[in-house]
Amino acid sequence: MIQFDNVSKRYPGGHEALSGVSFHIQPGEMAFLTGHSGAGKSSLLKLIALIERSSRGQVFVDGQNLSRLKGRHIPHLRRKIGIVFQSHNLLFDRTVFDNVALPLIIAGYHQSEVGRRVRAALDKVGLLNRDKAYPITLSGGEQQRVGIARAVVNRPPLLLADEPTGNLDPELSREIMGLFEEFNRVGVSVLIATHDHDLISRLDHRLLTLSGGRLVRDGRTGELAASA
Amino acid sequence: MKRNTRKPRPRAVETEARSRPAQQPRGKINAYFTHHLWVLVSSLGQLWRTPFSTLMTTAVIGIALALPAGLHVLLNNVQQLSSGWDDSAQVSLFIKQGVPEERIRSLADKLRDWDGVAEVRYISREQALAEFRELSGFGDALDSLAENPLPAVLVLRPTLTQAEPVPMEQLLERLRQLDAVDQAQLDMEWVRRLNGIIEVGKRGALLLGALLAMAILLVVGNTIRLTIYARREEIIITKLIGATNAFIRRPFLYTGFWYGLMGAIVAWLLVAVFLGLLSAPVSRLSSLYDSQFRLGGLDFITSLSLLLSGIFLGLVGSWLAVGRHLQAIEPT
Repeated sequence: MIQFDNVSKRYPGGHEALSGVSFHIQPGEMAFLTGHSGAGKSSLLKLIALIERSSRGQVFVDGQNLSRLKGRHIPHLRRKIGIVFQSHNLLFDRTVFDNVALPLIIAGYHQSEVGRRVRAALDKVGLLNRDKAYPITLSGGEQQRVGIARAVVNRPPLLLADEPTGNLDPELSREIMGLFEEFNRVGVSVLIATHDHDLISRLDHRLLTLSGGRLVRDGRTGELAASA
Repeated sequence: MKRNTRKPRPRAVETEARSRPAQQPRGKINAYFTHHLWVLVSSLGQLWRTPFSTLMTTAVIGIALALPAGLHVLLNNVQQLSSGWDDSAQVSLFIKQGVPEERIRSLADKLRDWDGVAEVRYISREQALAEFRELSGFGDALDSLAENPLPAVLVLRPTLTQAEPVPMEQLLERLRQLDAVDQAQLDMEWVRRLNGIIEVGKRGALLLGALLAMAILLVVGNTIRLTIYARREEIIITKLIGATNAFIRRPFLYTGFWYGLMGAIVAWLLVAVFLGLLSAPVSRLSSLYDSQFRLGGLDFITSLSLLLSGIFLGLVGSWLAVGRHLQAIEPT
């Protein structure tokens, strides 16, 4: 689903955020991406969603070579990727329902289909009764769940999350992770960038560790506790 | 216990995700139009929520449109008025002294057969004198003259109108070459001069319109630019979710459309009010001249082109702003 072939990202000014990163995440796989801040986690996610382009090497998403993807096709790539942000990135002048409906409206779904899917997505994250609320009235955990509902409402084959539990207490974080596992169980590929070692050490998934822009470890989360 | 109610329920997950990969959304064309309609209405709603700034922008556009539109209507009115005088344009042929009356009468008969001559009226020297005595009030002075100083006159009413100035010149030239004619004078020469002035005015209104159209483009463009920057976050988020540039452009284009339309309506009202305020004094003035002239208002064609040019300018202005500024906003 995601394939990196010797990928480097150098920013103007010479800072190399990623150097020679190679890995392959299979369809239906769930993986964590960890490393200190500045290790290149965000840069790696940005390359997948084509928010930035690699300086060297090639990135494939769902079989598509992103370095050959023209600018006008980027929206269609992004529709295949559900992105969950640390800062939620919700629109605060719209209701929960309208926020979650946005990807469907963008993709041109029919009104009745939109309503059905939005309710299904909100039901999944347990916020069906808050659909008319405005995001500002929700707690941090609820806002994050709205963000997740929005990311999955279009049923993308790939889910990316950048520090999805960054601002949440441990219990809420476990709930959120549980949600991601639910989606993974039905075939969605999931890649989660996080530095929350306590949380991921309790789960059993693939773990990619970045350090100084290099992929220094590619193993299982269970090994983390042993090596630490 | 309370936390349980907040627990995510993954019930529907399996059936929902099985139906992947994303099948063709149903009724896409229909949804496309519904979406356009929705954006049309919601962009109006956005404007409604900031009534003051919307009013300001609309007023600026309205005034800028009202100036050339009002000028155009006024000039049309003046032209209307002067075209009424075209019909009364006449050529006075002053006959040389000493030409016998029979020759003048036969000349008049001959002229009646000419192309472009509708009517010929003979005013003999005696008639001219009598008329002059009656109208001028110099009767006593005339009595002291030994001889009638006035020439005989043939008054021609041409069928040609002022709209065709060249044939009129040719007719005058032919008349001047007649032996018996001392002088051929086109009365109401000033009507043509007035028409000339109107033409200058119309050209001026056109140029003024062009300048103000550019001003409207700048006003709309700048307003849309500010709206784009105010909604920067929203644009970035929708781009991340997979919105095409066309999708993001749409609400701003419709906002430009509304600005243009509302500005045109304001302009129409301004011109209508102005004409309304002018019409009573104009009627009074024209009745003093025994004229039936009434100030003409905004006709259908003028109103329609006013609305269309407002909408056009609004759309183009927002298109320019969107083209320039939307590309610059990319998620980082």
